[in-house]
Amino acid sequence: MIELSGISRIFTMGDQEVRALNRINLRIGPGEYLSVMGPSGSGKSTLLNIIGLLDLPTHGTYRLESRDVTALSEAEQAKVRRERIGFIFQSFHLVPRLTAAENIELPLILEGLPPAERQARVQAALQQIDLSDRAHHRPAELSGGQRQRVAIARATILNPAVLLADEPTGNLDHKTGAEVVALLEKLHHAGTTVIVVTHDRELGGRAHRRIQMRDGEIVGDES
Amino acid sequence: MVLKDALTLSYRTVVSYRLRALLILLAMALGVAAVVVLTALGDGARRFVVSQFASLGTNLIIVLPGRAETSGGFPGALVGQTPRDLTLDDAASLATLRGVMRYAPLNVGASEISAGGRLREVTVLGSTAELIPIRNMKFAQGRFTAGSGPNPAEIVLGSALARELFPAGDAMGQRLRLGDRRFRVTGVLASQGESMGFNTDEIAVIPIDHAQSLLNTQSLFRILIEAQSRSMIEPVKAAIRSTLTVRHDGEEDVTVITQDAVLSTFDRIFRALTFAVSGIAAISLAVAGILVMNVMLVAVSQRTAEIGLLKALGATRQDIKRLFLLETLWLALAGAGVGIALGYAGSLGLRLAYPQLPAYPPAWASLAAIATAILTGIAASLLPASRAARLNPVLALSKR
Ligand SMILES: Nc1ncnc2c1ncn2[C@@H]1O[C@H](COP(=O)(O)OP(=O)(O)O)[C@@H](O)[C@H]1O
Ligand SMILES: [Mg+2]
Repeated sequence: MIELSGISRIFTMGDQEVRALNRINLRIGPGEYLSVMGPSGSGKSTLLNIIGLLDLPTHGTYRLESRDVTALSEAEQAKVRRERIGFIFQSFHLVPRLTAAENIELPLILEGLPPAERQARVQAALQQIDLSDRAHHRPAELSGGQRQRVAIARATILNPAVLLADEPTGNLDHKTGAEVVALLEKLHHAGTTVIVVTHDRELGGRAHRRIQMRDGEIVGDES
Repeated sequence: MVLKDALTLSYRTVVSYRLRALLILLAMALGVAAVVVLTALGDGARRFVVSQFASLGTNLIIVLPGRAETSGGFPGALVGQTPRDLTLDDAASLATLRGVMRYAPLNVGASEISAGGRLREVTVLGSTAELIPIRNMKFAQGRFTAGSGPNPAEIVLGSALARELFPAGDAMGQRLRLGDRRFRVTGVLASQGESMGFNTDEIAVIPIDHAQSLLNTQSLFRILIEAQSRSMIEPVKAAIRSTLTVRHDGEEDVTVITQDAVLSTFDRIFRALTFAVSGIAAISLAVAGILVMNVMLVAVSQRTAEIGLLKALGATRQDIKRLFLLETLWLALAGAGVGIALGYAGSLGLRLAYPQLPAYPPAWASLAAIATAILTGIAASLLPASRAARLNPVLALSKR
């Protein structure tokens, strides 16, 4: 369902060119559980951003669910991001002035759903991440693990086809990190394609398919 | 995103950044208040002048003897020639002209008045009963019934004059002496105060025939005519001119003036002044707009990561633009509201400080101030909003 062919991403800084991705070819099927590992600066985040339509490749074609998504208009790409893709970040990125419930509600608001339906879905999502009793707390009143669980609920509230996680446990201790991983794997079992970028060998090893990157290229792909 | 949700979301953002909101609100409010107060001041001055004229009588046309030479003519032709008198018959000939509601011949002079041992100098108006409604005078007591024929010797006193001559308040029916003649008091005017430098409280009014013999003249000082409506003023003026020209053997030797002309000139001048002053006040709104723009630009850079997040969650550029636009609009609206309140309070203060000045903010000024505040808000948010919408989400998210 994800098809990258000949994808390059070149950043130009002044007269210097940085090849963050170099002619990447990658196919990912629906429901896969995949980890991306590699040294810092090897292009992992750039790859994830391109898959998530936050960034566009300099060369190559990207087909998502058999559609050439790089050719879509900005508004259509936003719609794909909203409905088909979920993002999770190392630093959670919760909106500090909104409560946990309101943060989870954001994608539903952007989608334009009516309030009654939003409430029902947010309640269900809070139950899934086991934070119903923290619904009206602000991010500052939550622990790191709780914050990342809220972020995961927010990323998956519209049932995306792909969940992209860039070092989701990078800011968490071992125990809370494990809770977050358990949640991701639960989503994988429910049918979501999960792609995790990580430095953590143990976490990366749990994935069913493991990709190694170096200098913008894929140097290992084992299942 | 639905508009209602965008409104709620942007409102919540506004209230969660209190200091920023207060700053913008204050800037907007001061600009709006300045527009409201200054237009109230300008319009109040206009109304003050207009009401001063209106107290002289509405739709008033004044005929005076002599030609006011303004242009043309033969400079030497009139030298040494005294204008023909304006007579009671002249005045009577105007009564039946189309569009004339009423007329009053007028003589004015000074004379000595004495009653109960008190003696003073007084301005005497000689006229008919019609003078009272034409000049908007009101009776406190009694009446005035003089016609243009022979009349009984009756006199109407201004309120201050009556009080001075008859401190006991029993002026009605009393006899008094004016010059070398005796008059009976048949009316006392209501107190009206000064208007255009002429104090009706200090005058005496007597029938025109008595005035002419008292002042020893057959020539009228003025003829006052009230037209039936504002639109009749011009046709009546023309008719008066032609009627009197015929009566004066083809010589156009009277001057016909209307206060309407003077009034509308003043009206125009003051309206222009009000616009100019409110335009100047609107500049402070523009300055507020620049401040708002800068504050919003800072807000965008402070919330870069949040904007990146919204994009990652699938917000379109349009959504983000709209959120920032609405944020500014909320503040502009609140600022306009507070500004209107301040402006009305300021105008009230003006009215308390200067009771004679009807400094009421005109409705158009408040509406214009609100509209300007909203337009300023929109203009000020254009740059910040489009900057936010165009942010690169990857870079935005990497900023902490
Ligand atoms: N916006 C950017 N401008 C310039 N260079 C960039 C930009 N983003 C990433 N890079 C460069 O691209 C390379 C890959 O970066 P990244 O994908 O973030 O690596 P990783 O996530 O594996 O650490 C690095 O050399 C990085 O410096
Ligand atoms: Mg990275």
